[in-house]
Amino acid sequence: MTEIIQKVKNLSIGFKSKKGEEILILRNISTNIKKGETVGIVGESGSGKSTLALAMMGYVKHGLYTIGGECEFNSSNLLKMKNRDLEKIRGRKIAMIPQNAGQALTPNLKIGYQIDEALQLHSDLKEEEREQKISELLNKVRLPSPETIALRYPHELSGGQQQRVAVAMALAGTPDLLLLDEPTTGLDVTTQAHVLELLNFIAKDTGTSMVYVSHDLGAIAQVSDRIIVMYSGEIVLEGPSRDILKKPIHPYTYGLLKSIPKLSLAGLPQSMPGSQPQPGAMHRGCSFFDRCNFSEEKCKNNSPQLEYLKELNTSVRCFNYKSLMNDSQVNQTVNKIKTSLQDKEILNLSEVSISYAKQKLLDQVLNRISDDNPTVKDININIKKGETIALVGESGSGKSTILKSIAGLLRTKGGIIKFDQNRNLSSDLKERDPNDLRIIQLIFQNPDESLNPNHTVEEIIAQPLKLYFGLKGEELKKNIIDLLQKVRLGEFYMSRYPRQLSGGEKQRVAVARAFAAKPDIILCDEVTSALDVSVQAAVLNLLQQLKEDFGTTYIFVSHDLAVVRAISDRVAVLYQGRLCEVGPSKDVYQFPSHPYTEVLLGAVLEPDPDIKPKLVAEDIVEEKPPQKGCSFQGRCSRILGDICKSEVPPWQITNSGNSIRCHIPLKELQKDQIN
Amino acid sequence: MKLDNIYQEEKKSNFAKVSEIIITMASRPSGFIGLSILIFHVILAFISPYIAPYDFKAINPTLMLQAPSAEYWFGTDDLGRDVFTRTILGGRTALTITFFGSLIALLWGGLLGIFCGLVGGKTDDIVMRIVDAFLSIPWILAMLLIVSLLGTSTEVLIPALGFFYGKGIVRVARAATHDVIAKDFIVSARARGHSNFSIIWNEIIPNVRDAILVEGAMRWSWMLLGFSSLSFLGFGVSPPTPDWGLMISNARGLMSFAYWSVIAPIVGLSSLIIGINLTADAFAKALGIDRSTKAPV
Repeated sequence: MTEIIQKVKNLSIGFKSKKGEEILILRNISTNIKKGETVGIVGESGSGKSTLALAMMGYVKHGLYTIGGECEFNSSNLLKMKNRDLEKIRGRKIAMIPQNAGQALTPNLKIGYQIDEALQLHSDLKEEEREQKISELLNKVRLPSPETIALRYPHELSGGQQQRVAVAMALAGTPDLLLLDEPTTGLDVTTQAHVLELLNFIAKDTGTSMVYVSHDLGAIAQVSDRIIVMYSGEIVLEGPSRDILKKPIHPYTYGLLKSIPKLSLAGLPQSMPGSQPQPGAMHRGCSFFDRCNFSEEKCKNNSPQLEYLKELNTSVRCFNYKSLMNDSQVNQTVNKIKTSLQDKEILNLSEVSISYAKQKLLDQVLNRISDDNPTVKDININIKKGETIALVGESGSGKSTILKSIAGLLRTKGGIIKFDQNRNLSSDLKERDPNDLRIIQLIFQNPDESLNPNHTVEEIIAQPLKLYFGLKGEELKKNIIDLLQKVRLGEFYMSRYPRQLSGGEKQRVAVARAFAAKPDIILCDEVTSALDVSVQAAVLNLLQQLKEDFGTTYIFVSHDLAVVRAISDRVAVLYQGRLCEVGPSKDVYQFPSHPYTEVLLGAVLEPDPDIKPKLVAEDIVEEKPPQKGCSFQGRCSRILGDICKSEVPPWQITNSGNSIRCHIPLKELQKDQIN
Repeated sequence: MKLDNIYQEEKKSNFAKVSEIIITMASRPSGFIGLSILIFHVILAFISPYIAPYDFKAINPTLMLQAPSAEYWFGTDDLGRDVFTRTILGGRTALTITFFGSLIALLWGGLLGIFCGLVGGKTDDIVMRIVDAFLSIPWILAMLLIVSLLGTSTEVLIPALGFFYGKGIVRVARAATHDVIAKDFIVSARARGHSNFSIIWNEIIPNVRDAILVEGAMRWSWMLLGFSSLSFLGFGVSPPTPDWGLMISNARGLMSFAYWSVIAPIVGLSSLIIGINLTADAFAKALGIDRSTKAPV
């Protein structure tokens, strides 16, 4: 048996509520981390996964306290140690890589200096040796030209590079255990794939044990040997990564895997009903009882114990795991999306360009924007009534910018946005008449920000009703109840504040507010990326249902290609504010495709240990679109030469009606493309 | 802890909200002391005319500078007036004028700040530079100028103080608005086509109200000190009306042999200021605005 580095024994952490009740965040957790293994801790927000990871380095968040149990590292209990002794362990023996490296690095110190600081603290090297070690570390995390990187400030690096620096700093003390708290969550798909690959390499190269905390099963699948699934502060399933992803024997994991949209499967995944119970709300019975499809009467009043199954080397907390064991694999069933596509064109963007450049005085006087290389350029899209079109691309690709311009929040530099074939939507919000504003509604990424925290649900939904239709009194109330029912929320939600709702419920309220205006077009800006996976599927299903009922057109912005695949009829791929490829989603996801689409598709992480991401291009970040030629020239692995750098590529149309903007002939494109 | 909010289910009435805030404030020792002092002073201001043992303006040369005794608790001043009577009456004018002064400051400073924060751009630039220009004028000089031109009546003092103490609130309100306007619910209201007025009233004010109220409470204590300074210089309340600033000014020359006549008003003034400050602090903590939490680890 391999050596155990960290032993967590019966750990419970919680806080005291105002009424003096003890509320548990972690309930009786026991697990071991072995030398050299990577353990993934997965769970929804609020499941206690981060609290567990922090406890593993002897840290309990302010306001929380240890109720019982211990975290043993090298046979001493970290939770009982003095700070002075902990300092010797943290960094040297156990290192942490935070979620947001941009915030974890001190903004006004150079990268080299910050790593040097870590080395001074956590190693006994002399000054000359340290200098060499810095470039060694930066080399190890595969940063180009370590000498120049060391002289830069954190803001001069991209998100992926910052995360690499954070990894380098964590490695400075050559730790035995590395804790990673959602290290790739804020990153672009391609960058994420690169960072995960790096972490895999480091795990192998240094033999460090890793604890990888994430809500993303796709990322967990790529790195971990063993997976711990947490739900409501408890371990519900623990076992070898492959078994858990292929044959989950706990109903929660089973449902979770079913609710993740996959690239290989069009249509909406099945959603899991309900949401995770709030800490302290559970008193008896299984915490997953009310969302479980396999529950029985006894689950209501008896809490199952974590049971170790020797033949599978897996621990499971369920009475009925046997019925799942027979149900071999996760057979994903999807609800096929119905399209009520009409030929009528509802929105037409032609030659739209948008610039963020600061206006010069002369331009201000003449009220024009002059910028020969605008952020977004040459956007031509026809959107048909009842269609769901998705704009995809990495951050900085201009997809949200285009949405803002359609909503009128951002002035366009040139081009025409036409509604219903004849109505010109003026680019300025103030010049649009109220009806033009009503027909286009927005749903935002984060419902915490898009709902006023000081308004009740009733007040939130009443706003568009009052503004556009002048409803009052009983009629207003009736309409609000009606809308709440449409988004599957009860009447009693009216008097609640957003903070009293779960993430999914908040997003439903935001959806209800958008539909209150009876719009023709709804712009969805990353509407599911702030939600937990199990809730995401439910919101997607709701959006689809509402679309079928009302015949609304969706313009859907997302960086998640699997979500886009699930919900959209047509996809437009953007890079640096220029269109690369437009076509029906089933064709865009097949080859041949634009080299950039290939990069994006290759980097998608699937919750399957057998499907590895394919890293085609480097994850360089370009700050500005190139002046001339193809927008993707800087990162393209199939660049032809001068032609790509000097001429804007032509549109090529494939047999299936998919348009690709590339100099490489279609036949050539298909060759060598991975499929 | 914030997590407790989750368990509060239904919408609360405004009365319930206010009483909850007051209870939270009083649950901290500093908040309890502050509130008690403030309430004591307010009640005293209301009832002092009825409980004052002597006439505040009765001059009696035979009783000049008497030390505290059973008859004259805080002694008498250089004109033989009872210091206790004058002390309990001395806070009334100051409290009233500064209370209304702070309300005015709160109103104009808060609204202008929110407006500037919302519209931004050139309007914001111009207004804020004007505010900065006013901030650079020593307020006491400006106040002296106004008072010597327009007199020391209440109708002049309240708006003048309100104006000079509102400038600081403009900045706070603007900063608080900036925190809010980047949020998507404002973008959402804009995209729906709500007017600026509607956005300020419905979306911004509920979110910045607390910060502005706390700032207003702080300004109140500063204004009290400022008003007393004016009185001290002889530009606030005119004699023989009892006022702490004026009393300190009159008695300061006698400090070496008749300390009682100066100590009483000083204790009155400083306790009120401390009371307001502690209350404002507790108010901020109860609303969760005060972010002075312990650093991690």
